[in-house]
Amino acid sequence: MATATLPVALADATRDDASLRRFLHGLPGVDQVGVEQRAAGLGTRSIKKAAKLWAIDTAISMVDLTTLEGADTHGKVRALCAKARRPDPDRPDTPPVAAVCVYPDLAATAVEALAGTGIAVASVATAFPSGRSSREVKLADVRLAVTSGAAEVDMVIDRGAFLEGRYGQVFEEIQAVKAACGDAHLKVILETGELATYDNVRRASWLALLAGGDFIKTSTGKVSPAATLPVTHVMLQAVRDWYTATGELRGVKPAGGIRTTKDAIRYLVAVHEVAGEQWLTPTLFRFGASSLLNDLLLQRRTQLDGHYSGPDYLAVD
Amino acid sequence: MSTWEYAPAPESRDIANLRPSYRPFIGGEFVDGSGEPLKTINPATEEVLAEVGTASVSDVDTAVKAARRAYERTWRTMPGAERAKYLFRIARLIQERSRELAVLETLDNGKPIKESRDADVPTAAAHFFYHAGWADKLGYAGYGPDPKPLGVAGQVIPWNFPLLMLAWKIAPALATGNTVVLKPAETTPLSALVFAEICQQAGLPPGVVNIVPGAGDIGAALVDHPGVDKVAFTGSTEVGKQIQRAVAGTPKKLTLELGGKAANVVFDDAPLDQAVEGIVNGIFYNQGHVCCAGSRLLAQESVVDELLEKLRHRVSTLRLGDPLDKNTDIGAVNSAEQLARIRDLAETGDAEGAQRWTSPCPVPERGFFFPPTVFSGVEQSMRIAREEIFGPVLSVLTFRTPDEAVAKANNTPYGLSAGIWTEKGSRILWAASKLRAGVVWANTFNRFDPAAPFGGYQESGFGREGGRTGLEAYLDV
Amino acid sequence: MSDARVTVAKTYKLYLGGAFPRSESGRTYPVTDAKGRFLANAAHASRKDLRDAVVAARKAFGGWSGATAYNRGQVLYRVAEMLEGRREQFASEVAASEGLPAKKAQSLVDAAVDRWVWYAGWTDKVATVLGAANPVAGPYFSFTVPEPTGVVGVLAPQRSSLLGLVSVLAPVLATGCTAVVVSSAERPLPAITLSEVLATSDVPAGVVNVLTGKASELGPWLASHADVNAIDPTGAGPVGRVELAREAAGTVKRVLAVPEEEPDWTAQPDIARLRQYLEPKTVWHPMGV
Repeated sequence: MATATLPVALADATRDDASLRRFLHGLPGVDQVGVEQRAAGLGTRSIKKAAKLWAIDTAISMVDLTTLEGADTHGKVRALCAKARRPDPDRPDTPPVAAVCVYPDLAATAVEALAGTGIAVASVATAFPSGRSSREVKLADVRLAVTSGAAEVDMVIDRGAFLEGRYGQVFEEIQAVKAACGDAHLKVILETGELATYDNVRRASWLALLAGGDFIKTSTGKVSPAATLPVTHVMLQAVRDWYTATGELRGVKPAGGIRTTKDAIRYLVAVHEVAGEQWLTPTLFRFGASSLLNDLLLQRRTQLDGHYSGPDYLAVD
Repeated sequence: MSTWEYAPAPESRDIANLRPSYRPFIGGEFVDGSGEPLKTINPATEEVLAEVGTASVSDVDTAVKAARRAYERTWRTMPGAERAKYLFRIARLIQERSRELAVLETLDNGKPIKESRDADVPTAAAHFFYHAGWADKLGYAGYGPDPKPLGVAGQVIPWNFPLLMLAWKIAPALATGNTVVLKPAETTPLSALVFAEICQQAGLPPGVVNIVPGAGDIGAALVDHPGVDKVAFTGSTEVGKQIQRAVAGTPKKLTLELGGKAANVVFDDAPLDQAVEGIVNGIFYNQGHVCCAGSRLLAQESVVDELLEKLRHRVSTLRLGDPLDKNTDIGAVNSAEQLARIRDLAETGDAEGAQRWTSPCPVPERGFFFPPTVFSGVEQSMRIAREEIFGPVLSVLTFRTPDEAVAKANNTPYGLSAGIWTEKGSRILWAASKLRAGVVWANTFNRFDPAAPFGGYQESGFGREGGRTGLEAYLDV
Repeated sequence: MSDARVTVAKTYKLYLGGAFPRSESGRTYPVTDAKGRFLANAAHASRKDLRDAVVAARKAFGGWSGATAYNRGQVLYRVAEMLEGRREQFASEVAASEGLPAKKAQSLVDAAVDRWVWYAGWTDKVATVLGAANPVAGPYFSFTVPEPTGVVGVLAPQRSSLLGLVSVLAPVLATGCTAVVVSSAERPLPAITLSEVLATSDVPAGVVNVLTGKASELGPWLASHADVNAIDPTGAGPVGRVELAREAAGTVKRVLAVPEEEPDWTAQPDIARLRQYLEPKTVWHPMGV
C-alpha cells in the first residue's frame, strides 16, 4: 500500500518498533460497558418490509460462503460453489454471494468451479487457524493460495507475538504477506476471541490497517467467542477513523457465529450507523459464514411469499 | 450504493387502549373532578388524545382527607410485610401492562417508544419492586429501630418522565407507610391515571393513592393544604423555590428535585468513542428533557477538535421523528411552550456568538420537534452555558487543566449531576470528589437505579430519591 | 483577697477569619448577667460583618472539607482538650450568663466538652454509616458517599450559651462544613470565649466565625445570602424562623427542622444534625476489562 501518502503522524507510527508501540498504546481506550451498551442499543433497530428485503439481499451479496473443515473434499467445495452461484435456484433473482472461502489446497478447485461467475475465491493462509509456524511456511501457504488463483487471502496474525507486545513483528509479517499476495486482496484475521480486550482489538485493527490489510476480520471461526457485535463496532470505528485520517476506505469482515438473518441485519445496522453507509457494499463488508446463507434465503422467501418457508425447500450446504 | 432507508416500524397506538376521557382518582374511585377538563395532546402530531377531568381545590381537599383516612385507618397500622405485598403486586402489574404503558407514555409525552419501553416503564416497575422490600425492613435502614411515617404526602411531578417520576415518588412513600395525593403534570396525566387503575387491580386500600390531575394552581393547592405532612416536588428550580417559600414555617417536610446544568467533562485520555456515546446520551436522551442532562460539554483543548468531529458524525445518525417508531432516537418536545423556550434560548446562543451546528436530520412538519443542536465556542458567561435549556441543545466549552475543568463544572448554582471521562483511575476519583453534584457518572452517563440515591446540591434541590438514603424523605426522622 | 488589685477585664470582639476584630460598624451593646449586672460590652455585628464572615467561611471550606476525617477528628478532640483546660472560666461565664448555680454550670461545661468528644469520634465514621455501595442492576460499581454541604449559617440557641452552642456547632464541623454563627444575643460571652478555644485548637482560620448580635437582624441576611448552603434557625425563635425559611427558599438552602422550643441540650443527640449537613453523592463507574 501507498504508505507514502499517509499523514505524517501515521507514517511516523511505523518508523520503528518503539514508535509503533507508542502509537498503538496512545489510541483512545475502549470502555467495555459503553461499547457493549451501544451495540445492544443499535441491536434494537427494527428493520421491516422493503428495508428488510434490501438488507437480506445485501447480506447475501456480502457472504463469504465458507468451509474450513479437516474433512473438506473437492466434492464438498464444488457443492458449495454451486450454492454460491445460485443460492436459491427457485429464485433466480437472488444475488450471488461475494466469495467462497476455503483452505489453500482446495482453492484451485473452487477457482475452477467459479470460473466466469464473478464470485471471488478466498483462501485462508499463514498456517490458519493458529498461525503457529515459521514465516517461510506461512508465506508458502500464501503463495499456494495465490498461485491457485485465489483473489482474496485471509491471513491470521501472530496473536502470541501481539500479546507479547512484539507489534513490529506482527506488522512486518502482515506486510510480508501483503507483498506475497500480489494483486490478491488481503484480509487480516485478528482472532479477537484470543485478544480478549476491546483495547487490544482496536490496537490490532490499527496495526493491520497500518500494515496494509484491505480488510480486518474478526475471527477464524475456530475460537470462541468468534464475531460479536461490539467487537465489530470497534473494528468498524477503526476503519471509519482510518478513513477520517487518510481518506482510504478499508473493509471489515466479522466471521463465525453469525447464523441468523436477525443477526446479520444487526451487523448491517452497525455498518450503516457506525462506519457509514459507504461501507454497505461487498467491497467493504463481508460476512464469514456458512449456515447464515440458508437463513437469509428462508427469510427472503418469507418476505416475498408472504408466508414462512421451511429448510426442505433450500439446498443443504 | 443507494441509501438504506429504514422502513417505518411504528408500535401500534391501539396498544395504549386510549379512552376518550380520563378522570381523577380519589378514595379508590375514579370521580368527576370539578375542575375545568383539559385536553391532553400528542406532541408529535398536535392531535387531542383524550379529555382529562381535573381536580378543583375542593377535590384536592377531598383527596387529602381520603389519604388521611386511609393513613389513619389502614396504611400506617398495616404490618410492613403486608404493605410490601401491595407494592410487589404493583411492580408486577406494571410489568404485565408494560407495553400498554410504554405506548401511552410515548403518545402523551412524545418520547421515543424505545425509551419508554426500555427505560421509563421497566425502571418504574423496578422502583416498586425495590421499595416493596423495604416496607418490613425499615428498622434496618439506619433511622432507629422503628422509624415512623410522616402521614399524607403531597407530590407534584413533571412531564419529562411521567410514570417514572410517579414511581420515584409513590414507591418510597407507600413503603414507609405514608399515603399520597399526587398531581401529575398538566400535559402528561394519562399514565398516572392508568397507574390508578393498577392500584385498583392490586387491591390497594382506597385512599392510599390519590391522583389529582390539574395545572399549577392545583399543585399549589396540594402543597398548601394543611392536611399534608410531606411535600415532594420534582420540576423547575423556579417553582421549587416557590414551594419552599410556601411551606416555610409549616411543619411539612420538604424534598425538592429541581433543575441542573450538568457538565460532562472529557479529558484527552478518555475512551473517546464511548465518551461520544455518553455525550449523546447525556444531552439527547429524552430530547434533553432531563434535569440531570449533560448540557455542558467541557472538553480538554487538546482533544476538542477530534471529539467534535466524532460527535457531529454520531449526532447526524440520530433519527428524529415519530416517537412511536421503534427506530426513533429523538421524539417530540413535550409542548409548544417548551419548544418556544428551547428556540429562544438557542437564539441567545447565536446572539452571544456561539457557533450553532444542527443535525441534518429531517424535521417533521407537524408536531413539536427540535433537531439535535451543538453549540461550540461557548463561554462560561453565555446564557446557554448557565441556564437550563431542557432540550436537545449541547453547549461545548473547553478547558486546559483538571483544576480548570472542575472550576468550570462547579461554576453554576445548580449541582445535580456531572460526568467525567478519563481512563485514569486516580483522576476519576479526584474529580468525583471535587465535583459539587449529587450524582457523578464516570465513563458513563444517565444511569439510574432504585438502589442508587439521586438528588442534587444547591439549587438542584435537596433530599435524595432511591437507596436507603431516599427513605429519609418519607420518615419522621 | 486584696482589694488593691484591679482585674483586667476582657474586651469581647467578633471571631472572624481566625482573627478577633471589632464590628466594622463600631457598634457594641452591653451584656449583663442574669441579674442585670453589667458584664461586658459585646460587639454588635452588622450585616457587613456577616458578609465578611461568609467570605471567610467559604474560603476555609475547601481546606476543611478536604482535610482527612482523621485530621478533623483530632482537631475536634483538641477543642475538647482546650475546653477542658478552661473549665473554670467557662463555668463562671455560663453561671453568670445563664444565672445558674456553679455546680449546674460546671455540669453543662462538662457536657459541652463531652459533646466535642462525641462529634470528634464521628468524623471518620459518618461516611461509613451514611454511605453505601449500591447494588445496581447493571455492570457498574456505584457508591454513595456523604459530602459536606458547604457554608452553614447557625443561629445559635438563645438560652443555652455554651452547651447549646456546642451542640449546634460541633456537628457542622464534624461533617466538614464551615460555619457562620450568630451567638445568643443576650448571652454571647461564652461564644467568644469558645472562639478563643477554637483559635488555639488547630481549627483553621475561617472554619468557624462567630458574630455577636441579634438573630432577628442578622438572620435574614444569612438566610438570603447566596453563598450560604444551609441554615440552622434554632436561635431565631418560632416567628423569626418563618421569615428565615422564606428567605432561604431564594437559593434553595437546606433549612434544619427544629423544635418550637429549645430542646434539653443535655440529652444525648442522634445523627440527624450530621445528616442535615451532608449531601449524599452517588458515583457510578462501569466495570469492564
